[in-house]
Amino acid sequence: MSGRNERGERGSPYAPHTAAETAAMLDAVGADDVTELFDIPESVAFDGEFGIDARTERETERHVEGMLARNEDLSEFLGRGHYEHYVPSLVDHISQRSEFLTSYTQYQPEITQGFLQVLFEYQSMLVELTGLGVVNASMYDHATALAEAALLAARVRQTSGDRVLVPEYILPERRDVLRNYTEGAGLSVETYGTEDGNVDADALEDAIDDEAVLVYAENPTTFGTIEENLEAVGELADDHDALFCLGTDPVALALLQEPEQVGADVVVGDAASLGLPTAYGMGLGLFATREDFVRQVPGRLVGASEDADDQRAYTLTLQTREQHIRKERATSNICTNQAWVALRTAIHAAYLGPSGLVDLANDCVSLATDLAARLDEVKGVQAPVHDRHHFREFVAHTDQPAKAVVEDLEAEGFAVHKIGEHHVQVCITDANEHAADALVAAFDEVA
Amino acid sequence: MEYDQARWTTNDEYEPLLSEKNTEEVEVESSLPDELTRDSVELPELSEPELARHYTRLSQMNYGVDSGPYPLGSCTMKYNPKFTEDVAALPGAAVHPDRSDRSVQGSLALMAGLQDYLGRIGGMDAVSLQPPAGAAGEFAGILVAKAFHEANGENGQRKEIIVPDSAHGTNFASAALAGYDVVELPSAADGRVDLEALEAAAGDSTALFMLTNPNTLGLFERDIEEIADIVHDAGGLLYYDGANLNALLGQARPGDMGFDIMHYNVHKTFATPHGGGGPGAGPIGVTDELADFLPAPRVNDDNGKYELFDPEQSVGKVHGFQGNWLVLVKAYAYIARLGDEGLEDASAKAVLNANYLATQIEYEVPFGPFHHEFVASAGDQDAADVAKRMLDYGVHPPTTKWPEIVPEALMTEPTEIEGRETLDQLADAFNAVANEDDETLEAAPERTSAKRIDQTSAARDLRLSWQSLDEE
Repeated sequence: MSGRNERGERGSPYAPHTAAETAAMLDAVGADDVTELFDIPESVAFDGEFGIDARTERETERHVEGMLARNEDLSEFLGRGHYEHYVPSLVDHISQRSEFLTSYTQYQPEITQGFLQVLFEYQSMLVELTGLGVVNASMYDHATALAEAALLAARVRQTSGDRVLVPEYILPERRDVLRNYTEGAGLSVETYGTEDGNVDADALEDAIDDEAVLVYAENPTTFGTIEENLEAVGELADDHDALFCLGTDPVALALLQEPEQVGADVVVGDAASLGLPTAYGMGLGLFATREDFVRQVPGRLVGASEDADDQRAYTLTLQTREQHIRKERATSNICTNQAWVALRTAIHAAYLGPSGLVDLANDCVSLATDLAARLDEVKGVQAPVHDRHHFREFVAHTDQPAKAVVEDLEAEGFAVHKIGEHHVQVCITDANEHAADALVAAFDEVA
Repeated sequence: MEYDQARWTTNDEYEPLLSEKNTEEVEVESSLPDELTRDSVELPELSEPELARHYTRLSQMNYGVDSGPYPLGSCTMKYNPKFTEDVAALPGAAVHPDRSDRSVQGSLALMAGLQDYLGRIGGMDAVSLQPPAGAAGEFAGILVAKAFHEANGENGQRKEIIVPDSAHGTNFASAALAGYDVVELPSAADGRVDLEALEAAAGDSTALFMLTNPNTLGLFERDIEEIADIVHDAGGLLYYDGANLNALLGQARPGDMGFDIMHYNVHKTFATPHGGGGPGAGPIGVTDELADFLPAPRVNDDNGKYELFDPEQSVGKVHGFQGNWLVLVKAYAYIARLGDEGLEDASAKAVLNANYLATQIEYEVPFGPFHHEFVASAGDQDAADVAKRMLDYGVHPPTTKWPEIVPEALMTEPTEIEGRETLDQLADAFNAVANEDDETLEAAPERTSAKRIDQTSAARDLRLSWQSLDEE
């Protein structure tokens, strides 16, 4: 049966044409054969084979299953920008409903009210969590959202300037994406100092000047420390007419200082910490900003309006900012974005509700604090390295080379980050806490 | 075809917002010092059954490919096989991106396999899976071109990217994002690239020419070899926008036509769900001489031992991790399912369907012959109104008012998944609307969840959250 469709014919199993139907349609268009319809000069026509053998559905499943079975089943204590929380079953079931899953961008709002309302609700929940009035659901991930924030800053700033200031603790990949996205706009990305895992306000004060368009800080930071100097960052940015961009995520937002309160002009992050399990790095860029900047915002925005019956209805709005209308003067090149992940995030957030979300965030503090304390008891390990409050993750010092510790832990069935010669980073959430005892025992064995 | 979309109402309002059902404000208490925490959080508080009903109702007020025909030109909305969802949900697919290469040989094997498949299908020597969308692929491709010119010491002079006037808006926006000046090339009278105009535009300042082939009018650029020569002779590179690759599988390959860089919209060509607008994925392929510049990481296959690596002169990253992984899994499974003959047949049927439908509708269809899509003109009617009225006939309308070179454009792409009966229904819908008066069109739609929506007031009086509704 390999490669045959349900009628036993070779071809795409998803093209429904019978041979008689194909013949009748060819007749209608006046061709003897489908190949006649291809207007391709012979010199560039492809007459070879891809060499890809067709498979039945069952064969394909088994093939991919066999491939993915080569992934080792490790207990992951990994974070650093990609977080796993338990995703309620409701999220999978609803998001797999084909009316959502198989739809396109909502260019015809009358027939896509369902998705538009979900996105409006997503926007609204993030407005509550960030305190900022405008949220899009369009960024690919934390890194690209940060890059778009810098471009937004360059567009809205009253005076010229080309410096984007980022803290030493920024992930290299975020810095890399930021540099790639902003180079074309003539911006330069520069690093300012940190102290014991948090922003060093004095170092930032030395680094900042009126050429700065954006100052970036995180809460929690890449090291999992809870940032204690956000108000100082906001004030310094304000003094120099630079935008303050805060990197965070929706779980942390339920507990930690409200971005709007500390002077954040833009909030970025990975919102898929709610809604997606580990997906080898796939995420959802969180992007929120002040209403003043709404006409310079990248990506899609959903607004409320009325229909012909004067009922409230939703539609994409301010589309004149977007590439399909504004072309090279668009606020970004985004077209296909991350709507379905936003749907999942919205369902997960609504499922938790305010108490559930705050509880989950509190767990992120207590689980990390407790695990660090337990690892600190292990001979050869000191944790946490930073004398700060922690959220989800922390850095630990190992007397043995970190490389050996990480490899030995992997052999025992655990994955943690190696981040220096003698430093590892460990992340714990509701998704892996059940394996915490075993992790401590494994550290005890290898460290 | 008779059709009425679900319309859930409570107290004469469409399905209420979650916030209108129940919200609660909770005070934040924690072990942290007060100055590090917020005071309270106010969000919806509903039970799981209440949420299940809310979202199920909303799903019924949404239209997808599984609901009916979706001939949205250039978007390639085709049926998404269900088994690919199961494959993407396999336990082995859910791993953290910072896992050691040694421990995720399965994920890397799949990525290596997809790199290989895409290379063969596009006629490209090397592929990077990093870009998370087609537009991100364009941007990454432009960075590769920039790095190439830089390596040749020519980056300073090559500041222009040429784009045909019928091109996707993303081409223009991606070029601008990378800091290039855009030179818009007017189409020739037959809707294709005007060779003389290209000759005049290409020169020492040309970095790249971005082309969709077949183009957005559904026309194959027959002069592609001359086009490649003109661009290459000027020292520029030729970029293939993969948005319309669904028309070419097994018939022609961008690499063989002289393209140096391309992106694949795997969510279009290889039937991975569009998810209401994404996620997609936009892998890019390049020729040998550009392989060292590709975005990092790529996967190396050393006799079945796989590892991530950064190409020697890599442009770096355009996504924080490895791109939109779950989409890549689905694309791989789709290609593995269809194989050579299935892929070739998909394009053949897509082209047959477009040509058949074009002959069945009464609206004028300029240019031709068509590949996978055609652009009809609504003539004296407003294309946007035509689209609204088509909704009442139970079909999703085509893309409207674009490309601008056809007045009141209706850009239609039925894809290979529709049989003759559905195509005839689509044609009936087109033809019924073509014979209706403006008054009927302007009053449409009637049978959808919401009636005609006032998009102007949505932009003038911005209400972007339920908080903004409360302020009224």
